[in-house]
Amino acid sequence: MNRTTLVLLKTLTWIACLAPVAWLVYGAVTNSLGPDPTAAITFATGLTTLRLLTLSLAITPLRQLFPRLSWLIKFRRLLGLFAFFYATLHLMTWVALYTAFDVNAMNSDIVKRRFITVGVLAWLLLFPLTATSTNWAIRKLGGKRWNRLHKLVYFAAVCSIVHYWWQVKTGVLTPLPMTVVLTVLLAARPVLAVWKRRRVAVAAA
Amino acid sequence: MLIGKPSDLPSSAITSKDQYLNRRRFLRGAAAAGAAALGASRVADILSPRTAARAGTKLQTVKSPLTTTGEQLTSYDDITHYNNFYEFGVDKGDPVKNAGILPTRPWTVRVEGLVKQPKTFDIETLLKLRPLEDRIYRHRCVEAWSMVIPWVGYSLSEFIGQCEPLSKAKYVQFLSYYDKHVEKWTNESSIFWPYTEGLRMDEAMNPLALLTFGLYGEVLPNQDGAPVRIVVPWKYGFKSAKSIVAVRFLEKQPPTTWSQQNAQEYGFYSNVNPSVDHPRWSQKTERRIGQPFYAQRRMTLMFNGYADQVAGLYKGMDLRANY
Ligand code: HEM
Repeated sequence: MNRTTLVLLKTLTWIACLAPVAWLVYGAVTNSLGPDPTAAITFATGLTTLRLLTLSLAITPLRQLFPRLSWLIKFRRLLGLFAFFYATLHLMTWVALYTAFDVNAMNSDIVKRRFITVGVLAWLLLFPLTATSTNWAIRKLGGKRWNRLHKLVYFAAVCSIVHYWWQVKTGVLTPLPMTVVLTVLLAARPVLAVWKRRRVAVAAA
Repeated sequence: MLIGKPSDLPSSAITSKDQYLNRRRFLRGAAAAGAAALGASRVADILSPRTAARAGTKLQTVKSPLTTTGEQLTSYDDITHYNNFYEFGVDKGDPVKNAGILPTRPWTVRVEGLVKQPKTFDIETLLKLRPLEDRIYRHRCVEAWSMVIPWVGYSLSEFIGQCEPLSKAKYVQFLSYYDKHVEKWTNESSIFWPYTEGLRMDEAMNPLALLTFGLYGEVLPNQDGAPVRIVVPWKYGFKSAKSIVAVRFLEKQPPTTWSQQNAQEYGFYSNVNPSVDHPRWSQKTERRIGQPFYAQRRMTLMFNGYADQVAGLYKGMDLRANY
């Protein structure tokens, strides 16, 4: 891929990643977030987090399946960081609009509400990944350890989807499509690993 | 106390109907103009969707002492565009788009079970059974959002009187309209249809329980439960069955939709109660619909603020066990 295309694609990715927050800010300023603005903010930030996490998890399997797409790696960090950015906005929405900055209310929510507990766990899992996202941190940790640490993203994704299911009313199936996609992406890893080993074995034989 | 005029809110805080109607006409006009300018039919669909022809027809109403005062009414647009009516889709915006298909005429309500004589009431008969009253009620959803809605109807007890239930009847069950060829969205959830709800007889006979035909002085739009629904203002919204086609009088407590779905989370009583949380989220506070995001949060009131009228029904009952 040449440089111009890359810069162009990166710019577009930035715009796409910033669009949801731009829409929220515009809606908040003009009071046009619909009948239940609090829910609209929670939903938009939560769903964007989940989408970005899913996209970032799609990159490795896609590269393995289609070596021509190996340039996708240049976008993974950006998607991951934006996922954390939206997760933090989502968390702050809860802090500000659900608990009204009341520490007791936050504590009791975290202890008593399992959907909040796993949500916080998801955020806590994403935090060290964000903190070690710089080139300096990768060098410092060494590729192997960095890779091992960043496997945490699988657990963060699982926590996120469980959080989603626990939040909706029983019987509501809205989280289903996202769950299927994430399951496929997570299952693709061992499957592709086996597939690759076989190919290597065949090539060696 | 809560019914009756509180001193802390001027009556000017309540949008008068004329004011509101003017505003709505203006908004509709603006929406239509905007949509035309954009050439976006989807926008028009969202802002001023097709509702059944009857919705919006004016109803003759009288004043009622059982109306809640001192609350700012939720706008007609919010009440009609933010609905839980899973037969027409699980998204809050789905019913306004999809419920137009519900055939509200002809419409009858069957009366069955422990009654002197099973009967069928035609909707036109029901509309004329008693004078229709304007009743403003708070509406609290189990999902922790709330509205203030000017309903039109008369006390359910008046209708029950006409049904002539036997003294053995201890419960009343409501069944909502269900036809999977009409309500094509029912597989978006794993609920058993038809939707059904119920009340204990003394709850149903409480004058606050409303047999409801209208909203803002006009015929109910389909997404709000046309042509006739139940409104039980001191209980979570899902207890107020929409578009009812049958009323059954029973000796035993009937199964109800959400309690069948998850008995731990949704009990038969489901009274609004800030001190009994939903197992997965808090019920202490609620978000008022239609307010800006920083002004939505407010405290939830016991029995949704109707304790003076209904607390007596539950004397001696453990409301934590009977959630
Ligand atoms: C980090 C990963 C997370 C993801 C991907 C995520 C995603 C979601 C999604 C998709 C929803 C559903 C929105 C809806 O249907 O209305 C949601 C709701 C919610 N989340 Fe999260 N979430 C995460 C973390 C958190 C955290 C850390 C908190 C707060 C401690 C939190 C608090 C909430 C709340 C309060 C709701 C809405 C509950 C309601 O409307 O009653 N989430 N989240």
